[in-house]
Amino acid sequence: MFAFAARRLMISIPVLLVASFMVFVMITTSGDPLQALRVTNPPTPPETIALEAHRLHLDMPWYERYFNWFGGLLRGDLGPSVNVRENINEEVWSRFFVTLRLVLLAMVLALIMAIVSGVVSAVRQYSKVDYSMTFLGFLFLAMPSFWLAILLKEAGIFLNQVDGDSDSRIFFTYGDRSAFLEDPTAWNRFTDVAGHMILPTLALALITFASWSRFQRSSMLEVLGSDYIRLARAKGLRWRKVLTKHALRTALIPLTTVSALDFAGILGGAVITETIFGWHGMGQYLTDSINTRDAYALMAWLLLAGSIVVIVNLIADLLYGVLDPRIRHD
Amino acid sequence: MTDQLEVTPATKAPETGGFGVRERTQTEIVVRRFLRHKLAVGSLVLLILIVIIAYGGAALWKYDLHSTPDISQPPSWEHPFGTDGPGHDWLARVLRGLQQSIKIALSVALIGTVLGTIWGSIAGYFGRHVDNALMRLADLVIILPGIAVAATLASLGEGTWWMIAVIIGGLASANVSRLIRGVVLSLREQDFIEAAKALGASDTRIILRHLVPNALGPTIVSATILVAVGILAETGLSFLGFGVQSPDTSLGLLVQEAAGAVNTRPWLFYFPGLFIILIALTINFIGDGLRDAFDPKQTRVRQ
Repeated sequence: MFAFAARRLMISIPVLLVASFMVFVMITTSGDPLQALRVTNPPTPPETIALEAHRLHLDMPWYERYFNWFGGLLRGDLGPSVNVRENINEEVWSRFFVTLRLVLLAMVLALIMAIVSGVVSAVRQYSKVDYSMTFLGFLFLAMPSFWLAILLKEAGIFLNQVDGDSDSRIFFTYGDRSAFLEDPTAWNRFTDVAGHMILPTLALALITFASWSRFQRSSMLEVLGSDYIRLARAKGLRWRKVLTKHALRTALIPLTTVSALDFAGILGGAVITETIFGWHGMGQYLTDSINTRDAYALMAWLLLAGSIVVIVNLIADLLYGVLDPRIRHD
Repeated sequence: MTDQLEVTPATKAPETGGFGVRERTQTEIVVRRFLRHKLAVGSLVLLILIVIIAYGGAALWKYDLHSTPDISQPPSWEHPFGTDGPGHDWLARVLRGLQQSIKIALSVALIGTVLGTIWGSIAGYFGRHVDNALMRLADLVIILPGIAVAATLASLGEGTWWMIAVIIGGLASANVSRLIRGVVLSLREQDFIEAAKALGASDTRIILRHLVPNALGPTIVSATILVAVGILAETGLSFLGFGVQSPDTSLGLLVQEAAGAVNTRPWLFYFPGLFIILIALTINFIGDGLRDAFDPKQTRVRQ
């Protein structure tokens, strides 16, 4: 199992490096990060621009810049940011954990909703429950994530004002935490962060669960029609036990693949959700970096996102071994 | 599918008067099956209607994208979708947004499908090193969040509609290529491909005449779903500010413009959003109907 994981990582690392090279070439050969400096009024002295260009390695040819960046990466240095006061290393990591807790929680919530609704739909095929689940699945599948997020945000604002007291707050609709807490104990900080997470997590999870629920339904239906389930029933096992112990375990395998493959997509969905709820996360960092043409910040963003996708897919591969007794990674 | 199921003249039943079953072509069977799927047919009709309204309605409607003296009007007979702060008629904007979004989504499906089919069938047919190299290339695209890469690439250009379509379609083709590769891998081992090889058919001929037509079912279904993917990706990109740029507009840009005033001018937010949902929903239903129609396991006979 360990050898298998190591082999998978050895394949993924070159892929990530080639991706980093291609993205780097594309970003650095187009766009001018010093554009903002050049158009100021009064004009910025040319010496300042030259110094800034030197600080951002703009005076080097692109291949030299890439090897310079890569050398820095090995030492843990992600390069200078266009924003002088910012350290890419600190910035990207702190934002990464803000986003990761949103993505992981939304994924867990979406998985639970998908498994429950998929299994119920399959067991009660063509019932009212099945039809309403199917309808909801199609609806959320067709809904743009930003539209749903805005809708939830506005619903939160509406519910906050429903008692007429504009100070009372049930839902937090802006930011990933409060700027100021009157009594910053550990528990208060935790509830504050958790409170801010409710609506964004729900928005991301609802969008994500839709297609998974369809998958879970069809894989459960397929398993329920198979011979070994009939055998389990025939030998007198209780239906509930057949469902949970025999059917569900096998029916989870396709969902494992799909959810891992969708991870990059959820990360993309988080970018949009965070933008709407005004989080200081990876989403805002991405749009800011693109707008300021901050090449090194963008590289750090994409590399981190790519790495986490690789890791999640690796975990999914290892999970097959747990779920499917026929697959063993020795 | 066409190659295997077409009845060749040698096995054709002799014409017997009175009792006879006319053979059906594969296309006929698929069309008949699709037409039985009421929801899919209804969706197709609705989608065609939306497209006609988007293009025909914009030509007939009395307002264009220029502002009117009516500022922040709720929906009325004069302005069915209301107007925004600067006084733009929102129906005219939504129609224009529909045109741009539909145009981009259809192009995404076309580009993604053509590129992905070529990519996947070459990888699946040649196998070995070619397959390895092409699939690692697909991994390269799939490993990164699509919207981040698309936003980065789109920011390098000027935000014309066709450039956005090329970017989203190009990224989507990586997923299509994986699907088509899988289909081609299983087809490649079948006897009729070997027969074609034995007859001396070239690789190009085998791919274009035998593999691609036989993978047509999954290809058409994936192309349909790609339209929905395309419209959601484009609107998301435009919402973030990296898609279609003002003064032109798209459904995503309209939602973004309306996002600040959902409570005070809700009509600005709901109309473009409802059209996005309607288009994506109908396309998903059509895709579902097509999937059932192409599925050889589907019969009306009880098992």
